[in-house]
Amino acid sequence: MPSTYEPIATTTLSTAASQIEFSSIPATYTDLVLICTATATTGGSYAILRLNPATTSTYSGTRLIGTGASAISNRETAQNALELRSDDGIGMSTSIPTFMQIDVFSYAGSTNKTVLASMGNDLNGSGGTSRIVGLCQNTAAITVVRLLIPGDTFKTGSIATLYGIKNA
Amino acid sequence: MPSTYQLISSNVLTTTAASVTFSAIPSTYTDLVLRISAKTDRANANDGIKLLVNGSSASVYGERNVNGNGATAGSNGNANLAYGALRSGATGASTANVFSSTEVYLPNYNDATIHPFGSIQVQEDNSTTARIFATASTFNTSGAITSLTLNPETGPNFVSGSSFYLYGIKNS
Repeated sequence: MPSTYEPIATTTLSTAASQIEFSSIPATYTDLVLICTATATTGGSYAILRLNPATTSTYSGTRLIGTGASAISNRETAQNALELRSDDGIGMSTSIPTFMQIDVFSYAGSTNKTVLASMGNDLNGSGGTSRIVGLCQNTAAITVVRLLIPGDTFKTGSIATLYGIKNA
Repeated sequence: MPSTYQLISSNVLTTTAASVTFSAIPSTYTDLVLRISAKTDRANANDGIKLLVNGSSASVYGERNVNGNGATAGSNGNANLAYGALRSGATGASTANVFSSTEVYLPNYNDATIHPFGSIQVQEDNSTTARIFATASTFNTSGAITSLTLNPETGPNFVSGSSFYLYGIKNS
């Protein structure tokens, strides 16, 4: 059985940063998985995802969010990034890491790119969790994956790893 | 490039068991993944699984979930629980030979920080007791994770045939 789930690159922030980027992603896999645990310097913010990184209005997403009190769903279209909202207005913590698992399917293909994100932001009494399906209308192979945190920075110690999955 | 998703240990029950523990988890991985197919012997419908990290039953676990039962969607949140809550599993009241499925992802388990973890629990049994829970949790204690214990929330036992697999993922 061949190895099919392999690390491509990992980064642990030694200083606060406004973005975490993986570039020169090889086209040798079928899907990508980004695992990230991150805290924010200021807090109350959300991470966003860009691929390649297109900043045109090519992103849309539909979210299912659990706030701890109710389940809600909302949608965004024609955005310049996929917003990785994990709750209903609480945002990332400065001390308890937000856990993100982001799947990018058929990233090296010539069709538009689909994303499934599982977000966890339990703050032991507040926060939330979400599942997000995203679309990036970009038919080019994805070679850059960028996580950003508008108006804030990812705190030192935030960790992100990009894995590749082969289907053969 | 090394294979990075590796089986650490497994336990497939051949008789009932009140508890399953993975101990002495090596520190050689970056993340842990726990995959469970289980059913308890609770007489009533729906039973959760209690996850104890490092054997701790202190009130240090948080939970936020979003769930659906085929008719309505909801969400629950709890703070200061005495266990990590993996909701809604199959029981003795479930359809015969139906087990529920659970996956738990524990990132950076060796870090000396508060540990967030994510899980999804599903139970589909062609009846009105079917449910799905997607949950964000925290183990609000710092220090490396070296053991994971699983107990039925009510049970009192996991039935024979329940299976528990612990995988390690390396980031290099």
